[in-house]
Amino acid sequence: MESFAQRRRRDLIVAFVLAALAACAPFVIKDVYVQNIMVLTLMYAALSQAWNILGGYCGQISLGHALYFGLGAYTTTLLFTKFGVLPWFGMLGGGTISALIAMALGYPTFRLRGHYFVIATIVIAEIGLLLFHNWDWAGAALGIDIPVRGDSWLRFQFTRSKLPFFYFALVFCCVAWLITWWLEDSKWGYWWRAVKDNPDAAESLGVVVFNSKMGAAAVSAFLTAIGGAFYAQFVSYIDPESVMSFQFSLLMALPAVLGGIGTLWGPVLGAVILIPLTELTRSFIGGSGRGVDLILYGTVIVLISLARPEGLIGLFSRKRKEVSR
Amino acid sequence: MTTATIIQSLASGLLMGLLYGLIAVGLALIFGLMDVTNFAHGEFLMLAMYISFFLFAFFAIDPLLAAPLVAAAMFVFGAVIYLVVVRFAMRAKTNIGMVQIFTTFGLAILMRGLAQYFFTPDYRSITQSWLGGKTISLGGVFLPVPQLVGALVSIAAFGALYFFIKKTDFGRALEATREDAGAVALVGIDKNKVFALGWGLGGALVGLAGAIMAMFFYIYPDVGASFALIAYVTVALGGFGSVFGAFAGGIIVGLVEASTALLLPPSLKSVGIYAVYLLVVFIRPRGLFGSI
Repeated sequence: MESFAQRRRRDLIVAFVLAALAACAPFVIKDVYVQNIMVLTLMYAALSQAWNILGGYCGQISLGHALYFGLGAYTTTLLFTKFGVLPWFGMLGGGTISALIAMALGYPTFRLRGHYFVIATIVIAEIGLLLFHNWDWAGAALGIDIPVRGDSWLRFQFTRSKLPFFYFALVFCCVAWLITWWLEDSKWGYWWRAVKDNPDAAESLGVVVFNSKMGAAAVSAFLTAIGGAFYAQFVSYIDPESVMSFQFSLLMALPAVLGGIGTLWGPVLGAVILIPLTELTRSFIGGSGRGVDLILYGTVIVLISLARPEGLIGLFSRKRKEVSR
Repeated sequence: MTTATIIQSLASGLLMGLLYGLIAVGLALIFGLMDVTNFAHGEFLMLAMYISFFLFAFFAIDPLLAAPLVAAAMFVFGAVIYLVVVRFAMRAKTNIGMVQIFTTFGLAILMRGLAQYFFTPDYRSITQSWLGGKTISLGGVFLPVPQLVGALVSIAAFGALYFFIKKTDFGRALEATREDAGAVALVGIDKNKVFALGWGLGGALVGLAGAIMAMFFYIYPDVGASFALIAYVTVALGGFGSVFGAFAGGIIVGLVEASTALLLPPSLKSVGIYAVYLLVVFIRPRGLFGSI
């Protein structure tokens, strides 16, 4: 039986090897369509990792993370198109704004429990969506086109190749993973798991439940907004529906849930399975708008939730245990 | 803005609110019975609206007459969904809350996909029903007849539900099961049977609402989504699990929506509902009538 410290060291090595392999992948896979799917997979893996910090480790199920994703996308885009601020600053600005808003919203909402909390997160994101729909300065329902001024790392715009986006998404995914890896063994990680398992007991043992939740929300929202800013640059056009709709909240939660909620590898595993599946069915059979993609997608979610409630990661740990025996 | 306009919109808001209560009560019933939130509730409504539409399109049955048929079909559907899907979600050993949320979410997506596949994403409507498009004037206030009938059906349904829960054996079994599902097994009540009937009843109630809605609203695969969120807010306002809280919650939601539409642009009318939800749960974290 390996110790916790050994497991953590092994996780780090596995992550390094996987990241190195992923970095080499574009040399083998030249197809732009597949590269596009790889970018989205990495992005959702990172976003789901961010969601997992609040939803998985701390146990606060948010179905409103689209708000932070949209805030990241809008902050970067508005700062760039209205004031000429480079997207890199916009990205950090969006992250900071989202983290602050997450804490401001957390102040009243973290008192809520169970379904009341989940619905509050949905409702808050919907209010955000409706406000952006009606905010003329921010393009209202029409959205904003990001003017393309040629490939440049400075402006983080690339029209000819997907590769720069791929490498950014890879770094983003690795950073999100490393932050989770580091937090898992920090005092925060222990506080969060205590809050998730039994908030009352945690409180009585001296864990400041409220502050723990606030910390998780801030980190989670910051990373989610970075993802939103990246997505805006990647698609170079945003409108409220395309960056803040409920669908994004779901797509951030699902990989973690399917892969293994509150686990280090769950979000990555879930995204690697779910995102290509979504994209491939959408383009190959769902293109006619006949909903086959939704049918497949819904079936997978139902089956995995029923058959593997602890997530697909459970398959791996069981196999490993059998091998070590 | 004159007094007449205000009375007019509040009256329509009240009617819509009673309908919201009817849409939401099935959700509250199921939650109260077994602590499960059915995130496919909006898709139940969607299915009920399609059933009404096809009964009208193929057999020329008016939605008003079809309402009991739709309710019966949805009763069967609800019970089957419990027996085939939800029953297994209840068996999860870990993450039970999560499993229920995502199982019913998956079900919602699946139902939406199936509706797109079989019914196409086209918007449909029942153009020539007995009541559709008619209005009636009550003391100078014009009320749309389908919504008025819907409101009356809603009041009748809540009355029947009250009688049912308080006076019949099944109603008492329902109440007992929600109190303590383990103990009822000792007195010979089959928990699974009660749960299946609860899901059936929840389905029948939203079926009734769907038949009414089909008279005046477009029918398309995503129609459930917007009403589902209103239904969750309605149920949460009343307090999860409180069947009659859903009645009060519905009325509040309807009135708030109408007042918001008077003050803000129409596209923002839902903001009022959401804001009231947040306000209520911030002050009373268990909803207005929630006891747990």
